[in-house]
Formats: sequence, C-alpha cells, structure tokens
Amino acid sequence: MVSWARSPVPFRIPTTCGQQRSLPWIRSARFDNPSTGAGAAVRVFLEVVAFRSLFRNTRADLKPGGRIVYGSDKLLWAGALAFHASLLAILLRHARFLFEPVPAFVSAIQSVDGFLSVGVPGLYASDVVFVAAASYLLGRRLLDPRLRYLSLPADFLPLFLLLGIAASGLLLRHGVRSDLVSLKAFVLSLLEFRPRIPAAVAPLVALHLLLVSSLAALLPFSKLMHLAAPFLSPTRNLPNDSRARRHVNPWNPEVKVHTYAEWEDDFRDKLKAAGLPLEKESP
Amino acid sequence: MTSKSPDELSRVRYEPPPQDWLDPSVDFTARKGSWSYPGSAKSLTALGLPNPRAWSPADADWKLPENWEEIIREGFRERLGKYRSLRLFLDTCVRCGACADKCHFYIGSGDPKNMPVLRAELVRSVYRYEFTLAGRLLGALAGARPLTVDVLKEWYYYFYQCTECRRCSVFCPHGIDTAELTMLVRELLNLVGLNVNWVTEPAANCDRFGNHLGIPPHTFKENVDFLCDELQEATGVRVHPSFARKGAEFLFIVPSADYFAEPGIYTFMGYLLLFEQIGLDYTLSPYASEGGNFGLFSSHDLMKRLNAKMYAEAERLGVRSLIGGECGHMWRVINQYMGTMNGPADFLEVPVSPVTRTRFDAAASTKMVHICEFTADLLHHDKLKLDPSRNDARRVTFHDSCNPARAMGLLEEPRAVLRAACRNVFEMPENTIREQTFCCGSGAGLGNDENMEMRLRGGLPRASAVKFVRERHGVNTLACICAIDRAALSSLMEYWVPGVDVAGVHELLGNALVMAGEKPRTTDLRGRPLAPEGGGVDA
Repeated sequence: MVSWARSPVPFRIPTTCGQQRSLPWIRSARFDNPSTGAGAAVRVFLEVVAFRSLFRNTRADLKPGGRIVYGSDKLLWAGALAFHASLLAILLRHARFLFEPVPAFVSAIQSVDGFLSVGVPGLYASDVVFVAAASYLLGRRLLDPRLRYLSLPADFLPLFLLLGIAASGLLLRHGVRSDLVSLKAFVLSLLEFRPRIPAAVAPLVALHLLLVSSLAALLPFSKLMHLAAPFLSPTRNLPNDSRARRHVNPWNPEVKVHTYAEWEDDFRDKLKAAGLPLEKESP
Repeated sequence: MTSKSPDELSRVRYEPPPQDWLDPSVDFTARKGSWSYPGSAKSLTALGLPNPRAWSPADADWKLPENWEEIIREGFRERLGKYRSLRLFLDTCVRCGACADKCHFYIGSGDPKNMPVLRAELVRSVYRYEFTLAGRLLGALAGARPLTVDVLKEWYYYFYQCTECRRCSVFCPHGIDTAELTMLVRELLNLVGLNVNWVTEPAANCDRFGNHLGIPPHTFKENVDFLCDELQEATGVRVHPSFARKGAEFLFIVPSADYFAEPGIYTFMGYLLLFEQIGLDYTLSPYASEGGNFGLFSSHDLMKRLNAKMYAEAERLGVRSLIGGECGHMWRVINQYMGTMNGPADFLEVPVSPVTRTRFDAAASTKMVHICEFTADLLHHDKLKLDPSRNDARRVTFHDSCNPARAMGLLEEPRAVLRAACRNVFEMPENTIREQTFCCGSGAGLGNDENMEMRLRGGLPRASAVKFVRERHGVNTLACICAIDRAALSSLMEYWVPGVDVAGVHELLGNALVMAGEKPRTTDLRGRPLAPEGGGVDA
C-alpha cells in the first residue's frame, strides 16, 4: 500500500462524471466533477461509504434487431454495500474480545445490532445480512456464466473463508455453547505477548480462529487490499482543475520537437509561393 | 464496408467460449476485419520509433527484436515506478464485473476479452507472473501466466480494440480506468515495434507537416481560401481569416479534418462565420495546424512532442491566448496533459472574450478556451443574432463525445449552442449520453477501413440510441463536437441508421447565424435548400 501511495501521479486524470465548472451560469457537478480538493474529498468519501460509482450500475440487454435496452441494476450495489457494512459491524462487535473493559461504542453497536430480539442469545441483524450478502456475491460468481468465466480461484477463496468463519461463529453463538470468558482471557494474553494457553479449546473455537488467521494471512497478498483503491485512484481523488492550475509531473521528460525553424526550412519555397509569412527569407 | 448485413452483425452471442481466458491464441486470419494494419516502416523511421519493418499480424513471424522479452519487462518495470495508476489498476481489481457490459466493443461483439475487466486481466496476468511472488509460485491458479509471443499478439489484438473512451471507469467502484492501461500497454507494444499505421502515419505527418493529414502549408491556405469562397456563395459575406499573423489576439487551432473533408468542413465554415460576425482578432497557423493528437494513442512522449507545437507557435506569434475547435481527444490532451507536459504558458494571458469581457478562469493556467465555451458565453450575453428556423429541416440529437464528456465534463456548453441554433433538439436515452455516452467505436486510432467490422460492432450501442430517437422523434441529424465522430459516425449511420446526417455544432450555428450584410439565405452551408417557412417545427 505504501508503494502505491509513494508512486508518482504524473498526470491529472480524473474521470469526470458530470458538468465541469466553466461559466458562472452553468451549474457544475461539484462532487462528480469536482473543481476543488474539497469536492474531490467528498467524491472519495461518497465512493467509500456509499459505493457511488457502483450505484450507477446498469444492465445492457441486446434485443433482436440491434435494439439495446438498459435497465437499472442496483442489486450488485446493494449486495456489495450490505456485505461490507455488515462485515464492519461484525468486526467492531468482536472488539469486545480485545478490550477489558468493553468500550461503550462496542456495547452500543451490539445493542443496536440485536434489535431483532429473536432467540436467546439474540440474533444479530449484521450476521443475517452478512450471510445473505456473501451468499449472493458467491452465487452470482457461480451462476452468471460471464462472471464464472472471469473469476479466479482468488475470488472464491476469501468468500469461502468468510462464509466458513460466519458459519462457525454463528454455531458458536447459537449452537454449541463455549467458554467465552476463558477465550477472552486467552486473546488478551496473546495481545500482551504472554500467551496463556487455556487447558482445553473447543474444536469449533479452534476452527473459527484458524479460518480468521488464514484470512488475515491472505490479506496482504490478495485482492483484499482493494480497500485502498478509492482513496488513491487518480481517476477519483483529484479535482478536474488542470486547466486552471498546473499539475506538475515530477519526471516530465524532454522530448524532441520538430521546431518551427526546422519546419520553415522544410517548406520555405511553398510558403513563399503561397504568400505565407516567413521568419527568414532563406535558410 | 463489410459483407455482413446489419441483421447478421447485431446477432451477438454472449456465451463465453469453452477455452479458459488464460489461453492467449488469436486467429488473426479468421478475424480479418477486426484488427488494424501495422505501422509502416516509413512512419516509424520518421518518428524514430523502434523496429521499423514490413510485417502483418496475419504472419506467423512478427519480426520482433531478439531481446523483446527483456525490452517489455524492463519497460513494464519502469512504468510501474512512474505511474501510480498502472500499479494500482493492476493490483486492486476485485473482478466484480460491473464494467463488463459497459464496453461498446463487448456489447457489439460478445467477445469476453472485450469486457474491460478481462482486457485488463490480459496484462494483469503477466504482471502477476513477472512481478509478484504469489503469481510466480501459483501460476494459473493465481491467474498468472508468463510473457510469451502469443500473449504479445493477444495484447496487440485487444489493446488496439479499446478506444480509450473511459466509459467503464465511470462505473468502476475502484476508479480503474482501462484507457490508462491501454495507453501504457500500447507504450510497451511500441517499444518492440507493434503499432497501428492509422496512428503512426498521422503522427509522423503531424510531426513533419503540422497536421495528421499531411497537408502542406500552401494547401492548408488553399483549402481555407476555398471554404471562404463557398461561404461567400452561401451567405454573400466574405470572411477574412489570417495565417500566422503576429500579434493577433487569439491563435485558433482545429482538428485538421475540419479543413479537409466533409462533413468537417461545414463545421469549419461555421467557425469562420462566427469569428467574422463578432470581428474576432484571430489567426490560423499552418505550423500548428492540428488540434488532435495521435500521440495520445501511442505514447506519452509522442503526445508531448506533437502537443508542444501549440504553445511554441503561440509564443512565436505573440498571441494573447488560444481557442480550440470541436474535437474530442484533442480536449483530453488540452485539459489533462498540455499544461503538465508543455506548460507553464506564462507568456500567454487568461483568455477573455473581447465581446462580453468574460474571463475564462477555468482555463487560467492552460490559457486555452473551447469554442463551445466561447460561443455559449456569447449566446448567454445575447451577442449573436440567430434565426434557428433555418435549421428547421433538421431534427437533431446530440452525441457527447467520450473525451469532452469523461475527461473534461463539457456537457452543457455545446447543448446551449445547439438549443439556440435549432428548434428541434431531442436527447437520446439517459444511459447513452453525458458521462454515460457511448463511443463511436472508431477512436484512439482505430478508425481505419480494414477494422470496419469491429468499428461497426463497437458503434452498435451508439447507433441503437440514435435509431431510438429517429423512430420516436424523426431525428435526421446527429450533432457532435469531435472530428473523429464526424467521420466515423457518418459511416456508422449509413450502415445502422440510414438517413441520419452527422454535423458539428458550429455548422448548425453557422446556418442560424444572421450575418451583417448577408444575402437572403436559401440554402444551408451544405448548399441544401432550407425548409419551407413554418414547416418542420413541433408545436
């Protein structure tokens, strides 16, 4: 990620998705075609929290006779957003295993998330949403022939891992009861680098932790690093202002240009005959 | 054109083929009609580009330099360090597939490697193998494959089958821009002499003559003089452009097609009428006689080289600022590259309209204003007298050109001009205009005849939208602000939607513009009779 952030951005290449700022009486698209750094920051923010580009998603269908029909296709947007938001909620909830005492915001998330009040212990909404969204994302990769064709094993692996983690986690909460107090003591001791191995670990707990560690180990090598993209992409994080303010390329190379003088030498007779002005009458 | 009928061409199969996409083989002989002839040795030599030779993509042996692998690998490594975009766009794709059916070439061909995500995977797979540990160890399992001659051939096929239109990047949740990848892969291909003649020859012409079409200075003047005569015949007014006149207020630069062939010349006639009517102090230059920049389709260095002439000539002539004509990729270069590459243009002043005194602050650094911005400002201040009824025979729709739309955001200015000049203007469906506009299918150096089948396929989404407004509103004119569009859309309409003309926005303005001392107009700038009075307007 550091190497991305460090590498130069030689040109200002935002993808403009709306009216530019040009004349005062034409309303410009402040966020989709930002002319200021603040506008670009809002654009990135909307991209990160609301997946704004994905929200535009359409579906093109070619009908007989070459007619193409475009339908709105927000399911991918909804699925992706639900997937990421519920994952975030679940991660934050798990912070209760990492801190003693449990921070207030974690308890707050926990109580909001448990609003369904179904079952004992209460079923978390984020768990339901997560499993549904992840299954949808996996399902479209498997069922849509186009997506199946372009998907790599690396696209399936994290989804399988995440679903495995979710399944084992759900079982731990709602199925097999396990000793969470000693588990937390173990995790806290790990964080202090003085691990106190508990006498016995339930196999399901071990599986849950194993899957989580595998996912964590995959992080730096896989597409899971995509979270940095909207922040760093020069098509999104730069204002479209390079006509108003010069953007500097740190390695702007010298190039050989066919100069006016050379050009006039090439065409002097023709220029003269056509009555076009010359800098020099002869070479 | 092509022997296939529109009906046949529009039956597209979208089922993916049985073989895995990692298989790079492309049968160039069977796919004739969907690739371009290679750059001629002459044009490569003229530009000083590597490996000039005679060859054809249909040959088995492409006569690559002996150490081509090393050249590509080193070129790749160098660019990974120089462009964050390259590294980021190679690393961060999650293959969500949102871009898949956003590409006009995919919609029109059904070839899965025309899905932007797979087009990018063609180079990502090599990147993984050559530059990442996981790719090296896991190979195909990680979607990695080594660089081979067949991969290089596949790159040649698919990266000269992308028009750098950037539509996919509008929809990408990570802002990945296939145009950027295409530009950089073409740079790599150029290093070993794999180019397209429709790019290298115009670029070589532009370098030597000053314009892509290779029009020498005396012919440039003759062409413009001829158009002045035509204008006098149509309007009774003599216009007075000047050539390389020192001390003029503005240097005006247009794409060379505008003073070369139909229908661009009518757009040029519109500019000339406008400037005459407002008494603009401007000059044209035969040295900087090209607005477009085919360097953009070849390499950043070549782009800079060709673009440098604009500022050089402005400085030599001592003009105050620049106005640019209607052209698509020209404005991507001006908006996103010119100031960075060849600026700062401190010898120029911020463009100011001599009629309205409007200061074009959006161009405060590059000092170059788009003709549509300039004219829209005149119209907003009511400085032009128009008779839009002269365009009543025309039922018009507006095609947003890719680069002004997605690399600038010039959306309302041309519409303001168009609505003032015409009374019958209809928009195409919203998924096909503005930032979602569809490419003509012939940009980025692919507008040659041998590539016609792929151009027509790529143009299908645009044509389909035109057909929709033709059937619903009787549209007979497709207005645009791009020289490549004016040429390419004409063939596209002839094939897919016969009966639709292609016109520049300033051609239509020229029709409507009431000139001081003009004779009663009986024809438009094309010499066609005007619509009978009161006819052809919707209530």
